[in-house]
This record gives sequence, C-alpha cells and structure tokens, in this order.
Amino acid sequence: MGEALHEIAAAGTAGESAGRPRGLLAYAPGLTVAVFLVPIAAGLLGTLFPAFGYLPALGGRTLGWAPWQALFAHPGFPSALRLTLTTGLGTTAAALALATGFCALVYGSTGFRRAEALLAPILASPHSAIAIGLAFLVAPSGWLARLVSPWLTGWTSPPDFLSVGDPWGLALALGLLVKEVPYLLLMTLAALNQVPARAQLDIARALGYGRGVAWIKIVLPQVYPQIRLPVYAVLAFSLSVVDVSLILGPGNPPPLAVLAMRWFSDPDVGQYFPAAAAASLLLALVAASIMLWRLAELGVAAIGRAWIARGGRGLSAEPGLRLAALAVGLLMALSTLSMLSMALWSLASTWRFPAMLPSAWTLANWRHALERIWWPASTTLFVGLAATAASLLLALACLENEARSGAHPGSRALWLLYTPLLVPQIAFLFGAQVLLLRLGLDGTFLAVVWSHVLFVLPYVFLSLADPWRALDPRYARTAACLGASPARILLRVKLPMLLRPLLIAAAVGFAVSVGQYLPTLFAGAGRLSTLTTVAVTLAAGADRRVIGVYVFLQSLLPLVLYGLALLLPAAIYANRRGLARSG
Amino acid sequence: MKRPVRLALSLLLGLVASAARAAPAESWDDILAKARGETVYWNAWAGDEKTNAFIAWVGQEVHKRFALTLRHVPLSDTAEAVTRVVAEKAAGRDAGGSVDLIWINGPNFLAMKQQHLLYGPFTQLLPNIRLVDTAHKPSTVVDFTVPTGGMESPWRMAQIVFVYDSRHLAEVPRSIPAFLPWARRHPGRFAHASVRNFLGATFLKQALYELTPDPSLLQQPASDANFEAVTAPLWAWYDELRPLLWREGKAFPESGPATRQLLDDGEIDMMMSFNPAEAAVAINAGLLPETVRTFVLARGTIGNTSFVAIPYNSPHKEGAMVVANFLLEPLTQAHAEDIRQMGNFTVLELAKLAPEERKLFADLPASPALPTTEALGTMLLELHPSWMTRIVAEWEKRYTR
Repeated sequence: MGEALHEIAAAGTAGESAGRPRGLLAYAPGLTVAVFLVPIAAGLLGTLFPAFGYLPALGGRTLGWAPWQALFAHPGFPSALRLTLTTGLGTTAAALALATGFCALVYGSTGFRRAEALLAPILASPHSAIAIGLAFLVAPSGWLARLVSPWLTGWTSPPDFLSVGDPWGLALALGLLVKEVPYLLLMTLAALNQVPARAQLDIARALGYGRGVAWIKIVLPQVYPQIRLPVYAVLAFSLSVVDVSLILGPGNPPPLAVLAMRWFSDPDVGQYFPAAAAASLLLALVAASIMLWRLAELGVAAIGRAWIARGGRGLSAEPGLRLAALAVGLLMALSTLSMLSMALWSLASTWRFPAMLPSAWTLANWRHALERIWWPASTTLFVGLAATAASLLLALACLENEARSGAHPGSRALWLLYTPLLVPQIAFLFGAQVLLLRLGLDGTFLAVVWSHVLFVLPYVFLSLADPWRALDPRYARTAACLGASPARILLRVKLPMLLRPLLIAAAVGFAVSVGQYLPTLFAGAGRLSTLTTVAVTLAAGADRRVIGVYVFLQSLLPLVLYGLALLLPAAIYANRRGLARSG
Repeated sequence: MKRPVRLALSLLLGLVASAARAAPAESWDDILAKARGETVYWNAWAGDEKTNAFIAWVGQEVHKRFALTLRHVPLSDTAEAVTRVVAEKAAGRDAGGSVDLIWINGPNFLAMKQQHLLYGPFTQLLPNIRLVDTAHKPSTVVDFTVPTGGMESPWRMAQIVFVYDSRHLAEVPRSIPAFLPWARRHPGRFAHASVRNFLGATFLKQALYELTPDPSLLQQPASDANFEAVTAPLWAWYDELRPLLWREGKAFPESGPATRQLLDDGEIDMMMSFNPAEAAVAINAGLLPETVRTFVLARGTIGNTSFVAIPYNSPHKEGAMVVANFLLEPLTQAHAEDIRQMGNFTVLELAKLAPEERKLFADLPASPALPTTEALGTMLLELHPSWMTRIVAEWEKRYTR
C-alpha cells in the first residue's frame, strides 16, 4: 500500500518538478486518500484491539485470547462460519459464472442492448429494497405461490416449507445474486470498451469457433483482469453483508456479520469483545478468500491456456451457456417482480393468500406514510446529494491533477480506491465511530455524509475516470493555444464536454448513497435515518403496505436522478447533437 | 441492533462518570415554562406502525399545546438506547446526552436503574400521576418485580393473549400443557416470535409459570442453584412442542408484527400477542382477517406495563416530563385505547376521572375480537428480569445449531 500511496502522491510532485506549481489541486490525491484510508485504518485498529481483549474502558487491560474463545464457544459459531463462507464464495462464483455465460452467449445481439437498459433500474435500486421484495416473492405464502395457487398447486393455505431464512442461506444467496450479476455485467460492459472484441470475435467465428466459446476463449481472458477488482468487491460484500442477511438470511444462527452486529449492540458491554473478534475474523476471512480466489484464478488460467491451445471449437458448450443466460434472465425477472410486488403492496388495502392481486386498493397507505416519510426521505436526498457532490469534487480534482501533471496512477492506486469496498464494513465502522465521537461529530449530517463518501467516491471515480481520460487532449491544447487558463479550460471546455458522464457518475454515486445501511446507522447514531435504514427496520415485520411505500421511494429516488442524468444533457445540448449523446 | 456506536466511545475513551442526579423540587408551571422550545428525543421501539403513528400524534399534540418538539428515534430493540446511555456515561458525557426519553420496562429498566443511568424520582412531579390505577394494576408501580420508585412513568398496559383465525381453527389450547396435543393435531400452525425478541421470551416465561411446581420462586432472582431445577419442566415441554411449530421450529419470526404477518398470510393459524386489542386493531387496519378472535389461558396470563424513563444525562428533562405527563392525560389514554388507533388498555383508574372523561372511554368502538376486562381473567405478575435473561441464554444454548 505504501507504494501505491507513493504513486498517487507522485502525481502531485511530478508537476512541481516540472516547475509548474498548481496550488491546491496538487493536494487532491493526498486529501482523497486521507478522507478514507485514515479513518478505515483507525477503525480497523479500534476493532482489532478489543478482539484481543484490550479495551481499558471496559476493564480489558491485557491482551489475550478470551474474546476468541468466547466466539468459538458460541453454540451457533460453526454454522455461522460455514454459512458465511458458503454464501460468500458460492454467490461470487455463481455471479461470475452467470455474468460470463450471459455475455458469452448474448454479446452483440439485440438482447444484449435490451439487457443493458434493464440493468439501470436494477442497479439503481438499493440492495435492501430488492431483498425486501424478494422476501415476499419467494415465501411459501408469497407472490410466486399466489400466482399459481390454488389452480395449479391445489394450495388453499400456504405449504409449510422453509424458504426465506433457510439455514443453508439459499434465499440470502439469491438476494445477493439478483444485484451482483447485474453489477458484474455492467463492469464487463465497461471493460469490453477497452477490447476490440467484435473484430476478434468475427475472426474466431470465421475460424469455426462457436459464438459463446469464442467469447470465452478470446474476449474473457482480456476482460477478466479489468473486472478482477469488482469481483473481489463482490466477494468481500457477499461475505460481510448485513442488511440483506437480516432480511433474507437465517437467524438462528445468522451469518458472522449479523452475529457480530448483534453482539456489538448488546446492552451487556462484555459482548463487545466477542463482537470485535467476530468482526476481525470476518476481515481475515475476506482477506483469505481473496487470496484463495487469486490462487484459483492462476489455476483456472493454467488450465484455460491448455484448453485454448487445444483449439476445440466448443460447439457442445452452447447449452450450458444458454442455461446461464436463462438464469440471468430469470434473476432480472425476479428483481423486476420484487419491485413490482412492493409497488402493488403500497397500493393494496387487502391482499391475502392465495389472491393473485390485492383484493382491495387504496391510496391511504401513501397518504398516511407521507406524513411521516418526509423526514427520512429528505435526509436520504440531502445526504445523497452532499456525498455525491463531495465525491465528484474529489474525483474531479484527482483526475484534473492527473491530467495536468501527466502522471498516470497505476493499478495499485486503483486498489487503494477499492479499499472501502474490499474491507468488511462491520470490521471498521465501529472503530471509525470512535474517531467521529472524538471529533464530536457523531450523529451529525456531516458524519453521515462522510461515511457515505467512503463508498460513493470509488464508484464515482471509477465511472468518471474512463470518459475523463478518453477525452481527446487536443481540445484542451487548442484552448490553451488560444490563451485559456487551466481553470478556464476545465470550466469552459472539459466540464461541458463531459457533462453526460459527470451526471451519470453523479447518478451512480447517489444510488450508492441511498443504499447505505450500516454506515448510516453508525454515523447517524439513530438520529438521522434514511429510507433505507427505516425500510430495513420495518422489514423485520411491520405492515407490508407501509414497507411498500418506503421501498418504492427507495428505488424511485435514484431512478429519478438517473433519468435526469440521461435527459438533462439532451435538453441542455438540444442544439449540439454530439454533446447530447456522446461522452 | 443498531448503534453500538456510543459503545465504541466508551471503549476507547475510557472515562468514568458520576451517579445520577436527584430531581430538583420544581413546580409544574416552572417545568412547563422550561419545556417550551425544547426538542425531546424519544427513543422508542419502532416495529409497530400503529404505535409509531400514535407517537407521531403525541408529537403533534405536544407541539400544539406545549410548544415543544418531539422526535421519535426509532429502535429495533430498546437495549440499543440503554447501550447508548451506558456508553455516554462511560465516556463522561454526563450532560447533553442524546436520549431524552426511553420507552422501557423490565430488564432494561432494571439495568438502567442498577447502573444509575436514570433521572429521578420524577413521577411525583407529574400532575396526572394520581390518576394511575395502582390498586388494580400493580404492575404500574412494580415493574417485573422491581419497584419503579418514581423513576419511570407508566403509559400503557400489556397482557398476553392468543389470537387465532376462527375460520381455520375450531379449538384452541386453554393451558400450556394443552399446547402439546393441540400442536399434534395442528402441526406447523403456531409460531412464537424469536426468543431474542421479548415476545418470544415472554411465551417461554408464560409456559414456565404454568409448568414449574412453585411459581412463587419466579418472583425472586434466578440463581445458578435453582435455575436448572425450576426450568427443567419447561425444556421437557418445549422439546416436544418445538418440532410441531411453524417450520418445525427451525426458523422463527423476528418480532410480534412479523408473527402477525404470518397469521395474515395464512402461514399459521394462531399467535401470541402482548396487546389484548391487537386482533381488533389489526382487523380495523386491514392487517388481519375479520375472522380472528382473541382468547387467554384459563389460569391467567402474564401482564405488564409500558413506561417512559428519562436518562440522567438528558439535556431536556423538563420537555421529557411534559411528554410523560401528556401520555397520562385521559384524552391521550382514550386515544391510545381506541382500536382505530393503537388499542392499548389504559393505565388510569376510570373511577378517578371526571364523568366527561369517563365518557371518552365508554364511547370507544367495540369489536368481536376485543376481549372484555372480565374475559381477560387473572393477570399474572411478571417474573424477576433475571429469569428472562437466563431463559434466553439457555434457549440459545439448546436450540442454536
């Protein structure tokens, strides 16, 4: 990490050695790193020390193994560990396989374009929103069962089988897949822009390779290195997710992250020690899983090279790919149905098993909820806007600094950027909270915005970096030749030309902010709640009609911003067709 | 399960604080005057929409009448608020705490009282406290065997009832032992909330009450010496019942409202509730079918009282007291008891009220799903909190796999 830091900092010094001091901008990379790396490091320490019993305030003055012994002695520990690993690794492997299979089969077809359009609403909806809908969808008394009962199944009352909260974590894995597969698809799409895939595929097809296998043998090896970090992020997230586990996961015992969460908030402060141990274990599990994954990559690469060298045209693999593509289609249908079911609930007055649709409709749910929803809704909106604006500023400053200094940060800097996405939230948020308390910032708007920036910034940076770097430098040079200052070039040339990617990055950042659960809880200290924290709390069993309203708004807000991001450039640049569309 | 947050503070800052302050002698008018303009953060369990709506209504009323702002800090477990105050005390934040009022009772009250985290006694300052029915509702002054000592003010009554769908069930178990034969005839049709939730724990306490040979022991703190012997019949009974529960006792709804949702979805036919009016309220709100009815166990069921308490470091104690007093007003209590609202039985003694105030209660709507006071039968006293803590731990040990 030290080297990577150096790399980012180098971007700052390179310019000065060229004798062109650029003032504040040179500090942008350093500031960006400080905004998230320092608190994360402090947070991790704040979790690690108590994990070994050191916590003077609670009487823990010596280092020891007692917290670990307490963790291992918990009756649910073996199951919790198994559950965490199987859902984490299984979900990631399945998500990658499905996304790859889908791309291999559908790339270049019209279905591919259509899928791209579907990705936006799914990705914009918070994870918890889809999970809440899914919980209703797949329950024995849920919508899927209602759609086929009793005419097909003969069920007049719901069957007694375990679906949501099953001890194997299958419902949890499904809930993760519906979001992770689209995310990996999107990352693959972005990576494909860097690869002359179409031309290569044409050649491969001409050589007699099956369409899907050509993609896997030729395009995938070029794409995978670019989506490696997103895959690791999916792995870390699946191993340590809390909100989706609360909604869809088993409770007795829950996955490790939820177990840690339970103990952290136990009124018996002694439970803080095993909680810290569980959170630290999760950190170790994530690190070990990523290493394991890297080893598996090497193994797969070795086998894959031999497989490619053999030159099989692989027409027999097509049915498997078809299955993967079908599964992706199914997942997309599930998330669409999930959102739709909650929208229906928000308008339902009565909707009982086995009715296919609500038997009575009403607007009362909205009327009642709106009286109380404006507070969390406006918090969601303003926190999201502030976190997005701050992230955009930091990302812009870094990119502009990079452009002016000419130093291009390498892949290690990308790792730094990904840190908040690779470290389990639960492992550093508790410790980071101490920092906020020291500064007297806990429970403030600022604290919540900061905690969101940790997760918004990487996404904003990633979605902005490519178009920014791809902008033809001759525009800036031309402007400079005409006598424009760097600031003027930025404001009058670059920003207007990059308005569309800027707005899309903002929409992505906002969607990420809306979805944050744990960070809002910790930094908000309960005083600031967002649609997501309220929805997850309500999901523990409150009136589905009310949950429907929250979930609907939770998804609507990011979608509206996404729509604006698409429409605004078209409206602003109605007289400049190139700017309205490209970018 | 939310804010371990403050806890973290206690941990790393490691400061120690002093004991709770005693209530100063103030007149009610002084308190009302000081309360004006204050913002009171009421930390309250937020799992029930009707209760949330009631709290929102209280907020509007106190804003209109006393010019103070009430903000509901939603909790998924009351322990979160206790944790927060514990951490604040450990961090030395003895004034300017973040919690002004907590909806509390039982183990959480005991924990706060023992650690001197509460302000008071203050209830003697509240004009409406004299209207409380301490004679017929002893749980308004003895909270889970612990005397309240004026450190918390009552606001609503709770008693275990069972709610069932009469469309599907012709017979119901009227005693704890009768649950076994009933469940054998109706496997998978009853669920209790997770035992980590107070409602699930209370179901086990009710069972213990009926099954243990000498229930009077339950009024004393549990000890290592007697816990095993006293609870042995409970576990023997529960081992038989569990496989006959919803999902064969492998999964449990997380809360009371989640259990009610299962009843509404038709996944179960019977559930336990802590609010005798829950069925009536839920029918009214469209949350349960009109065919649900309420019953209690023949030998009586456990009842208790919900209170509000003020943390020692609350910066808005006057505002908090004004809210506590407003909760005891006959108009507020009648509003709370209305099955179109929350449906919670009042803590007041109707005989102490003026005739027009009594009329507020008499005029409340009735429902076939609403039991009369007589039908509710004997209200059993809560067990000492230590039993609940130990039962939950033992349950986790036995049934977490």
